Amino acid sequence: MIEEKDWRIVCALADGLPITYRPYAVLAKKAGMEEEEFLSRLGELKKRGVLRRVGAVIQHRQAGFSANALCAWIVPNERLDEVGTAVSHEEAVSHCYSRAPVSQWPYNFYVMIHAQDRKTCEEIADRIADDCHLGERKTFYSVREWKKESMRYHGGD
Amino acid sequence: MLSALDKKILNAVQEELPLDSRPFAIIAERLHTDEETILTRLETLRKDGFLRRIGAYFDSDALGYQGTLVALRVIPEKLPEVAEKVNRFSGVTHNYEREGEYNLWFTLQTVSADQTREILHELHALPGVEDMLELPSAKKYKVRVQFRL
Repeated sequence: MIEEKDWRIVCALADGLPITYRPYAVLAKKAGMEEEEFLSRLGELKKRGVLRRVGAVIQHRQAGFSANALCAWIVPNERLDEVGTAVSHEEAVSHCYSRAPVSQWPYNFYVMIHAQDRKTCEEIADRIADDCHLGERKTFYSVREWKKESMRYHGGD
Repeated sequence: MLSALDKKILNAVQEELPLDSRPFAIIAERLHTDEETILTRLETLRKDGFLRRIGAYFDSDALGYQGTLVALRVIPEKLPEVAEKVNRFSGVTHNYEREGEYNLWFTLQTVSADQTREILHELHALPGVEDMLELPSAKKYKVRVQFRL
């Protein structure tokens, strides 16, 4: 259960952290509590796995990662955990999910790979496929970002 | 361009910001510099477009949300219009145009299956949308957006 006070913390964090000496003090004020309580509750949420992490997201294209591919494979159900675990150790992989396939589209394993250029990206995808004995790959390179923002959660009210 | 210190700072803050009253002071100590320098550089990196934001990332499942990945095949001349309609939903956090047989991919988070169904029904009916795949996540193996600089 997420308590009402925790929801206030989640909402106060919706716009991210200000770049200042005591960012949590600023957010605590917004949430109507003391910095100490804000931090201890946030720490609890982290322990429970509700909070994954506090950290920065960079503009990866600006920083030189211009090849960003969503790759899809068909992996037998009984191998999903083994393959998913192996792929999640790849540094170039940001997201790795299994998904329920649909009738016209049997692909059930999805991996986002980021690299400086497409050649490198292809090499990484090929190596992953080799290492994990995966078959045919569908690759979708991003060509335009229409939206990328953090989720604004609503709850507790 | 990014200096060696900028790269170190971006790597460190991407990794994790400590849950401490003075998180940037801790990062500064680790990088053998001072808090003021960290704050100044981060502000500059943000203005220069390298840093998108410093945020808190929650496990949406734990907050009662369910996520799905949706792929659309849209006729090219209608794509901008469809992309903008998709963007209007607050549960859509990522929306990318991609090369391939499905050319618009977005993530959708909602609090109920009904809400997802309604939104997707509406989007599927838009002029120019030829096909739609709904791919709800079965198992999450990794979500870690970190770029080593």
